[in-house]
Amino acid sequence: MERTRLRRQVALTRQSLFDQGFLDEQFIQLEDLQDDANPNFVEEVVTLYYRDSARLITNIEKALEKNSLDFNKLDGFMHQFKGSSSSIGAKKVKAECTLFREYCRAGNGEGCTRTFQQIKKEYATLKRKLEAYFQVVRQAGPAETACWPK
Amino acid sequence: MMTVDYQRGGNLVSEKKFPVGMRILAVDDDPICLKVLESLLRKCQYEVTTTNQAITALEMLRENRNKYDLVISDVNMPDMDGFKLLELVGLEMDLPVIMLSSHGDKEFVYKGVTHGAVDYLLKPVRMEELKNIWQHVIRRKKWYPKDQNRSPNQDKVDDGAGEGEHGVTSTGSADQNGKLNRKRKDQDEEDEEEGEDGDDNEVSGNQKKPRVVWSVDLHQKFVSAVNQMGLDKAVPKKILDLMNVDGLTRENVASHLQKFRLYLKRISCGGNQQGNMVSAYGANDASYLRMNSADGFGDFRSMHGPGIQLSTTSLSSYPPGTLLGRLNSPGGLTLRGIASSGLLQPGLLPTNQGKNLFQGISLEPKQLQMKSINHIGEFNHKRDTAGFTLASCFPDVKVTIGSSSNTISSVTSSLPILQANPQQNHSKGSLVTQSSLRMPSLNQESFDVGVHGSSNFLDHSRCDDSWQSAVQLSAFPSFRHDPLPSSTLRDNISSTTSHIVNSPIDFSSTVSLRAPLEDSRVDMQGQTDFIGNIFQNTTNYISKNRWEENSQNYNPGLNDSFGAMNSLVSGNASSGALNQSMDQRKRFGASMIGQSNSGTLSMFQHPDVENFALDPKMRSNEDVILEQTKSQNGFVQNNYESLDDIMNAMMKQ
Repeated sequence: MERTRLRRQVALTRQSLFDQGFLDEQFIQLEDLQDDANPNFVEEVVTLYYRDSARLITNIEKALEKNSLDFNKLDGFMHQFKGSSSSIGAKKVKAECTLFREYCRAGNGEGCTRTFQQIKKEYATLKRKLEAYFQVVRQAGPAETACWPK
Repeated sequence: MMTVDYQRGGNLVSEKKFPVGMRILAVDDDPICLKVLESLLRKCQYEVTTTNQAITALEMLRENRNKYDLVISDVNMPDMDGFKLLELVGLEMDLPVIMLSSHGDKEFVYKGVTHGAVDYLLKPVRMEELKNIWQHVIRRKKWYPKDQNRSPNQDKVDDGAGEGEHGVTSTGSADQNGKLNRKRKDQDEEDEEEGEDGDDNEVSGNQKKPRVVWSVDLHQKFVSAVNQMGLDKAVPKKILDLMNVDGLTRENVASHLQKFRLYLKRISCGGNQQGNMVSAYGANDASYLRMNSADGFGDFRSMHGPGIQLSTTSLSSYPPGTLLGRLNSPGGLTLRGIASSGLLQPGLLPTNQGKNLFQGISLEPKQLQMKSINHIGEFNHKRDTAGFTLASCFPDVKVTIGSSSNTISSVTSSLPILQANPQQNHSKGSLVTQSSLRMPSLNQESFDVGVHGSSNFLDHSRCDDSWQSAVQLSAFPSFRHDPLPSSTLRDNISSTTSHIVNSPIDFSSTVSLRAPLEDSRVDMQGQTDFIGNIFQNTTNYISKNRWEENSQNYNPGLNDSFGAMNSLVSGNASSGALNQSMDQRKRFGASMIGQSNSGTLSMFQHPDVENFALDPKMRSNEDVILEQTKSQNGFVQNNYESLDDIMNAMMKQ
């Protein structure tokens, strides 16, 4: 019973992440890659993402603090950040990245800064949600996670 | 994970399990992407090696190129530009490289393709995309049995396994191979073998012999070597020496040279097989077009100078005066017809001696792999020799642009539409100017007639109908029928006029040199420029219109060429309509067929002859024409926004 409840909870949580636009199909790709050989693949990747991208966030932040913005550099950072984010299916984050890039190209420093705040916000929100999600997943038991209907 | 046993150096492709076990080197500085990519690839049952540094990747590859079948690399890496890595890998190891990027900007994709990437994937990469990447290995595989032995023109699309014994595409991949080939066939204008596959001809019967893959760089080296010595004088041994590439044999070069020549010939005449200049010279070799669509541009770049030596054989042999004659060969531009028609002032012809009479540009978009390739046809690099007319055919349209200073002027002068001032001295070859004839009969229909009647090098079947009318370049023969004895322009004109009126063919055949090229004016002197313009225009046009088609196509250098060509373009590039270009008085030899906004490009370079409007409707251009006729060696080039515009313009006539 508990297991069933937990599984259902996992399913609901997961679904809401998609419904609310936090995640896109790429996340499903990650799930597809999870198998017996890689039972925690998704969580591993997400953890890696948050660890690695923290560095990028810091870099961007520093770059934005400068008086005269180096848009090329910013664009470069963002390129990578966007790549990572899209690799895990972080939909909202990715969208903000695209917007950021537009501002970069336009040389709009203020737009960049503003958008970056958005990015950080989405980034943090997603992190919270995914952490909660993985927690339920773990509680529900690994064997069940592979069965989510796509 | 399956492991596949295969010999070192891997005749992996011939393994029945292929693509299982295909060995991939994945390079990406982003650990997340790399991890995901690795997993995806493993899921496809490939063997994956990863590194997050481009430099390391290069080392690994250099250490043993045979350890890998395919490289996937990110574009944006801190230690080395992904494109640079791409180039190096392609050159040194001749491995297929797939680019990865989170940016799908056109420029990036273009750059990827022009640097030799076999594919360009967007992050996040999906499984479906990775499932088929093995095709790139097959394409490039050195030990590709039977298939490699096929002649370039042979249709590779047999039933997948129909190639014969080859185990390459073995059982499992037979269908895929067939599909692959089919896919490639669709991509190709014709079922020509991709040039990238190397010298198929050479390898026949020798399945184990490593094939040379003529990469962009290699081909560029080849072309520059050829240019250095001149295509006429190019011999494999010398080219080989100049190229200074390890592992390249004289045979490789010889075969490549042969293909190259064929290719040039083909593009020079619009690729028309029958009766045109090209056909007279040899079979078409689309592989060049394909392979060199970009390379060709590169060639242009390098050739930019005294002249573009695109083609050596067909055009270089054209003496100034005889250019027309040649052009008048069965399918070629019938400039000769014009000349012989007597329309030409006797004195006119001689005046053009030593000048490029024709700037022929032959573009065969259809042939072009990208379908948007412009190849400038053979260009006589010798200043003294007349230019040649080449059919330039833009996507699906073949247009021959030839300008013979003499003929054109004479032709144009004979054209009724030409408005010529009486005071124009026709002795200067400005027949046009004197022509005040209007050719009412000049219409699309007549154009068509002319086109059909005149030269075959317009591949009517391939050309858009509306184009045909527009492309009257080759329709000179009609003039031939008009022996205008009179030596005065007026007489010629009048007689021509009447003649023309009576036989639209004549008119259309001669005068309408249309080139649906976007280009800018080209000076006679700047033959190169001219070509460049044409090039640029065509390429611009093509790139505009064909971009989407090209994403997957290997069209290295195309963009670069465009850029290069653009720089070649002499001053007055106008991207506007014909009228705009008409405004550029300076040397135009082109006669525009009336469309104000059409892209017809009549490229005449006539030292003495100026632009003349062929189209009777081009009233507004009268003055311009007149002026232009005065200018020397000018081309009127209309910039086409698109082939559609050209067509529309044509239609209007």
